[in-house]
Amino acid sequence: MSALSALPLSGQIINLLAAVLLLISFAMLVQRRILSLIDLFAAQGAVLCLSTVLVAVTTGQRHLYFSAAITLVLKVVLLPWILHRLIRRLNVKWDVEGLINIPTTMLVGIVVVVVAFNLALPISQLAGTLTRPTLGIALATVLLAFLMMITRSKAVPQVIGFLSMENGLFFAATSATYGMPMVVEMGIALDVLIGMIIFGVFFFQIRTQFDSLDISHLEQLKEK
Amino acid sequence: MSLLSFTPNPLAWAVSIALAWGAVGLAGLAAPRNVGYVGRVLFPIGAVLAVGLAVVALSALGGAPQSVVLPIGLPQLPFHLRIDALSAFFLLLIGAVGAGISIYAAGYFRPGEGTPAGLQCLLYHVFLASMALVVMADDGYSFMVAWETMALSSFFLVTSDHRHAEVRRAGYLYLLVAHVGAIAILLAFGILQNGTGDYAFANMRAQHHGGAWAAAAFFLALFGFGAKAGLLPLHIWLPEAHPAAPSPVSAMMSGVMLKTAVYGFLRVAFDLLHATVWWWGVVVLAFGLSTALYGVIFSAVQSDMKRLLAYSSIENIGILFVGIGLAIVFHGFDMKVLAALAMTAALYHCLSHASFKSLLFLCTGAVLHATHERSLGKLGGLIHRMPWVAWLALIGVIASAGLPPLNGFVSEWLLLQSFLFTPQLPHGYIHMFMPLAAAGVVLTAALAGYVMVKFFGVIFLGQPREEKLDEARDAGTLERIGLVWLASLCVTLGLFPVQVIGMIDSATTLLVGRGLGKALDTRAWWLLAPISADRASYSPALFLIVIAIALALGFLGVRAFYHHRTRQGPPWGCGFPLLNPRMQDTAEGFGQPIREIFQPFFRMRRELPSPFDAQPRYRVTVEDHLWYWLYLPIAKAAEFGTRLVTPLQQGRIGIYLLYSFCTLLLLLMFVR
Repeated sequence: MSALSALPLSGQIINLLAAVLLLISFAMLVQRRILSLIDLFAAQGAVLCLSTVLVAVTTGQRHLYFSAAITLVLKVVLLPWILHRLIRRLNVKWDVEGLINIPTTMLVGIVVVVVAFNLALPISQLAGTLTRPTLGIALATVLLAFLMMITRSKAVPQVIGFLSMENGLFFAATSATYGMPMVVEMGIALDVLIGMIIFGVFFFQIRTQFDSLDISHLEQLKEK
Repeated sequence: MSLLSFTPNPLAWAVSIALAWGAVGLAGLAAPRNVGYVGRVLFPIGAVLAVGLAVVALSALGGAPQSVVLPIGLPQLPFHLRIDALSAFFLLLIGAVGAGISIYAAGYFRPGEGTPAGLQCLLYHVFLASMALVVMADDGYSFMVAWETMALSSFFLVTSDHRHAEVRRAGYLYLLVAHVGAIAILLAFGILQNGTGDYAFANMRAQHHGGAWAAAAFFLALFGFGAKAGLLPLHIWLPEAHPAAPSPVSAMMSGVMLKTAVYGFLRVAFDLLHATVWWWGVVVLAFGLSTALYGVIFSAVQSDMKRLLAYSSIENIGILFVGIGLAIVFHGFDMKVLAALAMTAALYHCLSHASFKSLLFLCTGAVLHATHERSLGKLGGLIHRMPWVAWLALIGVIASAGLPPLNGFVSEWLLLQSFLFTPQLPHGYIHMFMPLAAAGVVLTAALAGYVMVKFFGVIFLGQPREEKLDEARDAGTLERIGLVWLASLCVTLGLFPVQVIGMIDSATTLLVGRGLGKALDTRAWWLLAPISADRASYSPALFLIVIAIALALGFLGVRAFYHHRTRQGPPWGCGFPLLNPRMQDTAEGFGQPIREIFQPFFRMRRELPSPFDAQPRYRVTVEDHLWYWLYLPIAKAAEFGTRLVTPLQQGRIGIYLLYSFCTLLLLLMFVR
């Protein structure tokens, strides 16, 4: 407790934002309505952007402003917009219940968070940054997004899970080392965008092939 | 030592020739379908380069070892190349035999057959260059690179007719065995570097290995190089791949590539490991002898001419390894002169086999082009239509059967001579069992003669068994030049053994520490007496003269006494007034006694017609037991193992993601 209260105000706010990020991750894990999922994804991006700006202000790392700007443009505006358009054109609103029901997913998620914190402990002790307590949360976000990809059975939520995983990685980078080098960040941003386009093409292909976006149809591709 | 200096430097010349081969190959891509350009321009250039390589190798045979470090390859891992007597000997083999095959190949490729000629040209010359680099490599890394290049280029050459399923199957089998062997060779190098991390051969040579490790390296090398050479349990690819490949490629693989495996084995066993443990030699000898017998027995029952030659190659490789094994035994007991004798026999047989087997394979290529027929049952009487090919094939057949005065006899005679000294071995059981091995070698040689009679008699003698054989055309000029080149190699090696042994003596010296040279110099130039003239000597020139005189006397005698007294009339029909060419002895019929005597060796299926059949058919298939006893169980085990893993493939993306999730978590926990 004393360690927390010793933190400066900005540090405490960053911790708060990290907690919000984790909360949103959980919300995404259980949200079945795809439109709300996209909104949650945009919200996650916004929180990420805010926390990056805050870190930039506190530490004076100027390149973090650019990171924040990229996050804002890409993850809060552009990708949600593309996803909305996709949903409208593909006409999928709901995801069906997966193999594992929602309470079980939540319980598994909690276990994953505990594991993530445990794993991040030695790393965050090494890191000398202002934001180091949040490393565990970043790792938990990555793993939760991964979990979401596993449990969903429609293609669009899986892609959102993939994008959200990237959010977690980005957050891990800012919290552990004040962000990645600019070149790497630009590269990743471009990758995410191109990945999104490829996914979009694939969605249409899958739908024309199987008349549905349910990826269980892909099981037919397995070798007999 | 700079490569660019224009001093008479054999290594620089050899490397330049290898590079030039690569350039010739690439030039083939300029007009891949232009057979005239590829055949009349590029392949002859390749042949000239091969002759150049042979000359360079001859000059390097007597000289001191040379080495160079090329700054190519991975960082910290440059290519080390070196020419010593052993490399020079094998370069000589590659150059001399390769020249004949190249000039033949110049006339061989026709438009519209399989892969475009330019592509074949590229692969062929890469194959040649990689073989030259294999014998020049002086570290494990460059050796493996050249070795694998050789395997891959020959794989693509084998599958140049890839539209046939059996050709693809043969290629796959070849690639599989080649890679299993390559893994063993890699492991052997791993042991040889002895934990120093330096894979240069110079370092390996300097290491001293404990008994068990040295044995492990030796047997890994035997396995790895044996797989490439076609030693007994691993011979299975050879009778499949050789018939599948175009004939110049079969000739190159059988004549030259198998010898690079022998080179590799000699390099590891003698040069790097200093093979001094006598029982290793016994094992090699046993494997060699069983390979030789197996090969020759199977060769006798084949009815496809290229398969027959492929099994005959297995037999010859067996004989080679018998010689090497014997040399190791003598070496292990420190009997230097006898080790040198056995090693000379093995090296000589390398040269002999390379020349006569490539000659025979090229002859089958000419027959194949003329008749489009590979089955012996549909050939016959071709000596009238293709006299050039037939007479040159006769030279190869005599050499292969081990008859004097040609080269096959010299090497087999040397090998048997060295067997005659085995009673001097200071080990009870060994000197009792060695005569048995010698008897095995003699049996092999005799059966090889039988096989060659079958090969030549059924294809070239008698009457044509099919109508279309009347239209067969003799080989073209370029093909003839290639055949004559190889036949003259056979004759030269047969008639001048003393000079040839004098040339290769430095390689023998490098391997076993002593040559035969001193013993040879004191004798007359025409008399080969390896140990002492009192024990045994052989003079090919004398033999030739005696044979020529006997032939001339016989010919003149027949002319003088019978010539004008022969009367031509209708033959006595013996109850069959309608004799036709199908009633001649067939390949199956000729091989039948062998099939009966050695029945347990084969897995035979016979379909006999019933007496009441309107259209009687006789069919017999002869297969290899080893395929069923050894290879199919391994294949089944592999399939079973795969089936165990198959449940991992669920087809659900969620499950796959779960795999990576669990892996990620486990790794994170493991790393922290």
